[in-house]
Amino acid sequence: MTIQEFIENIEAEFDDLKPGVLQSTGNFREAFEWNSINALILIAMVKTTYDVTLSADDLTNSTTVNDIYSLIENRVSK
Amino acid sequence: MALFSLHGIKICGISAAVPKNKESNADYHWIPRKERESLMKNIGVVTRRVAEKGVTTSDLCVVAAEKLMDSLRWDRHEVELLIFVSQSRDYLVPTTACIVQNRLGLPHSCIALDIGLGCSGYVYGLSVIGSMMQSGTVKKALLMVGDISTLTTCYRDKSTYPLFGDVGTVTALKYDTNASPMHFNLQTDGSGFKAIMIRDGGARNVMSRRSFDIKKIGKGIYRSRLHLELDGIEVFNFALREVVPNIKALLSFTGQSLAEMDYVVFHQANRLIIETLRKMLKLDSLKVPYSLRDFGNTSGASVPLTMLVSLREPLINCNKKLLLSAFGVGLSWGSAIIGTDKICIPDLLEV
Repeated sequence: MTIQEFIENIEAEFDDLKPGVLQSTGNFREAFEWNSINALILIAMVKTTYDVTLSADDLTNSTTVNDIYSLIENRVSK
Repeated sequence: MALFSLHGIKICGISAAVPKNKESNADYHWIPRKERESLMKNIGVVTRRVAEKGVTTSDLCVVAAEKLMDSLRWDRHEVELLIFVSQSRDYLVPTTACIVQNRLGLPHSCIALDIGLGCSGYVYGLSVIGSMMQSGTVKKALLMVGDISTLTTCYRDKSTYPLFGDVGTVTALKYDTNASPMHFNLQTDGSGFKAIMIRDGGARNVMSRRSFDIKKIGKGIYRSRLHLELDGIEVFNFALREVVPNIKALLSFTGQSLAEMDYVVFHQANRLIIETLRKMLKLDSLKVPYSLRDFGNTSGASVPLTMLVSLREPLINCNKKLLLSAFGVGLSWGSAIIGTDKICIPDLLEV
């Protein structure tokens, strides 16, 4: 698992997210329209791909793609 | 774990009645067009049936029950057990099932009771009615499961209003020693009760003037303390955490595999939840029927409604093995494995 793969997985889920727009250090809420449905799509993708659960607090406390990726990395290795 | 089997209970028929009045989420102008489109695509609800004010769940269930008993040619006097599973009762007092017993002309020897469960209601209802019938004393019974959820959703709350639809369903059961066994795995975690709730109007928070005040909760979310509230992410993660282990434990208890199931009928919470569960269980999409697109989340009735609208032909004509999985408000969840034998399923009724 790499951050680039993670970004590609996100890009695959969101039709209006053009490849290359989402950067690891960028704010994921600004890269595309962020709303509760998109939050569920992201949580579903992370659960099915990495078997990791992201909570509402995890998302609230994260700003960048890197922040979420780190959470997943920590939980996968446990 | 509450894992158990029931014997001698046959599902004879399933019927359902929905309100004629149809609402489309394409017309839900409270949210922008793009968000409406995302909602219809990802949450999976396009249209919903909405009851007119004054129409109750029991009204829908009574229509469905009359049709089903006529189709089965059941003598009303033989029905000695009626269970009404709903969170939208006719009155706070008395029990709705008592009123329905009289409306349907069921005998005074009929046991009638309500169960106040929502999303998990069909699986729980089947287990309770089956347990009560298992001794063989009661030969015929009706299980009513339904909700008028639209009564308590606020138009200005995008997290609930576009999700729910109304329906009343009836399942007719009889005692039959040749029936396939039913297997259940039922679970509860009340620590999550705040994930789906109506705050005021019960005994804990008695209704007061402030109960009616509509407040801003978040972007696109306004509601009062008498409206239904739903923590989408909390419920989503609950379902993804609990449903698969619950199903696997039931399969292991019965010594059966998922591959043996003809269909897996999930509670129609939303498309994202169902599709994620389907992928986690590696189920073919042909085995996972839906009613969500046309009827929305119909609370506890979503499992029988899905059987009626999406599995009507196979259930009428063949013997099928079904795994039912329902989860939500409570938090309460459970799964059941049932074997069906040419069920009587009248056309969906519109009221």
